[in-house]
Amino acid sequence: MSTSQTTIDPPRPTSLTLTVNGELRTIEIEPSVTLLDLLRERLHLTGTKKGCDQGQCGACTVIVDGKRVNSCLQLAIMKDGCEVVTIEGLGAPGDLHPMQAAFIAHDAFQCGYCTPGQICSAVAMIDEGHATTSDEIRELMSGNLCRCGAYTNIVDAIEDVLSQRRRHLEAAE
Amino acid sequence: MTFSYHRAESVGDAIAAVSRDPNARFIAGGTNLVDLMKYDVERPGRLVDITRLPLKGFEQTGGGGLKIGALVPNSDLAYHPSIERDYPLLASAILAGASAQLRNAATTGGNLLQRTRCYYFYDVATPCNKREPGSGCSAMTGVNRIHAILGASDACIATHPSDMCVALAALGATVHVAGPDGERTIAFEDFHRLPGDEPQKDNTLAHGEMVTAVELPAPRFGANHSYLKLRDRLSYAFALVSVAAAIEMDGDVVGEARVALGGVAHKPWRDPKAEGLLKGQIPSSSAFAAVADSLLSGAEGHGANDFKIELAHRAIVRALGQAAAATPQVQSSKTVN
Ligand SMILES: Cc1cc2nc3c(=O)[nH]c(=O)nc-3n(C[C@H](O)[C@H](O)[C@H](O)COP(=O)(O)OP(=O)(O)OC[C@H]3O[C@@H](n4cnc5c(N)ncnc54)[C@H](O)[C@@H]3O)c2cc1C
Ligand code: SF4
Ligand code: FES
Ligand code: FES
Repeated sequence: MSTSQTTIDPPRPTSLTLTVNGELRTIEIEPSVTLLDLLRERLHLTGTKKGCDQGQCGACTVIVDGKRVNSCLQLAIMKDGCEVVTIEGLGAPGDLHPMQAAFIAHDAFQCGYCTPGQICSAVAMIDEGHATTSDEIRELMSGNLCRCGAYTNIVDAIEDVLSQRRRHLEAAE
Repeated sequence: MTFSYHRAESVGDAIAAVSRDPNARFIAGGTNLVDLMKYDVERPGRLVDITRLPLKGFEQTGGGGLKIGALVPNSDLAYHPSIERDYPLLASAILAGASAQLRNAATTGGNLLQRTRCYYFYDVATPCNKREPGSGCSAMTGVNRIHAILGASDACIATHPSDMCVALAALGATVHVAGPDGERTIAFEDFHRLPGDEPQKDNTLAHGEMVTAVELPAPRFGANHSYLKLRDRLSYAFALVSVAAAIEMDGDVVGEARVALGGVAHKPWRDPKAEGLLKGQIPSSSAFAAVADSLLSGAEGHGANDFKIELAHRAIVRALGQAAAATPQVQSSKTVN
């Protein structure tokens, strides 16, 4: 439930409550703080990266209430009561998310800067359920740029997870 | 960025909060407004958050149309079963725009209200009549590859960047608005405006007026349509030229045709006279070329964007061909059929 006030006038810090990676967090912030800065600077979850800070690169992609969004263009105050999942919440060393494991298996990164955003985006894209072909993966992942150009391996990693999932669903039938 | 914040409890509360303060703005998905605030282009003193308002639904209208709530996210709209089935042109245009992440955040109302703009508009160190009326237009003699070829003025040659709005123009949508003086509806062609000598005004909404819904008329163009977007990258870039083409066949001949252009003007561009040329015609490249000639008869380049006139001509012919053949452009396909 939302705990912060609905009017903050004049601008000043206010309390905000969010679930981040399954944990309920209450933080004091000013209305101008973006979700990206909240995650990195206040909660020290630095897995989520700041690339352009303008919605153009996808490095800051996180999953809010099940949907992938650019956290650099979201005001944290507007996300009061929401559920946020970052790369840290998907898996950890020893207990990787299948997408994290596939990125490693397919060598789907070089410098790794775009990788947390790529992985959050790919996980949410599979849940959205609109990508089946590699053309569709490319189109629906176009919001995540990779300056190292690891694109072909990124598509391979995602296709691998998609086919694992298909096999899993078929086995369950 | 320093601003006070108010989370609106109701449509009336939101309208009252914005209309009493000239420096207040509504905020929905934030993907355009927050971006512009970071550049110091928009400097609202107060943000009124409308995202919790109950404007997220779809409603069948009496006339067989569909009313879309202003807060329906662009992605939900594109993948809504009624939109996919009855208004595939709209679904396709939305999916041609921005990225999946941005479409998840962006709203129907916000997409309409995103600023008509250009890169100088973002750069506060340069003159721009839209940002600062009277300061001059840097694009006129500057880098103007992405700028308008139709309906521009000496004051501003920026383009409206929306893909969704190009389809809404072709489909003949109606915008529902609520404001301090009550409710009204605005025909889509009257919603956005040409720059004239007031380029600071992108549309015809008054301060404090809020878009509550967009209404689509009964579906007519489910079979023959195409949204063709041409840009400098294969995805995730604004249109240099885009075409929303829709045809309603009457036996072997065209009953009615709609052609709206994006990336070429301060607003989605339509010309009913040009569209009328197709009525009663058997679809053919020469008939489509006559439409393109007519649509572009007043087109004017500014140097770096001269190429857009020929590009638009070819795109119109191609999109109408795709529509007539019932082989619409697929947005994940990177070849033009
Ligand atoms: C990197 C990038 C690439 C993009 N590429 C494309 C593209 O290729 N094609 C495309 O079409 N778009 C593109 N966009 C633009 C995107 O579609 C818009 O930013 C988005 O649709 C705006 O919606 P929003 O809900 O986020 O609006 P907001 O940012 O919340 O608001 C935008 C404006 O609308 C006003 N507003 C919002 N809702 C209402 C309402 N209900 N009534 C009255 N006023 C309202 C706000 O006050 C503000 O002035 C891109 C954006 C970015 C950042
Ligand atoms: S084209 Fe319009 S928005 Fe761009 S610099 Fe000129 S006045 Fe400003
Ligand atoms: S940092 Fe958010 S999109 Fe680049
Ligand atoms: S791995 Fe370096 S930017 Fe993608």
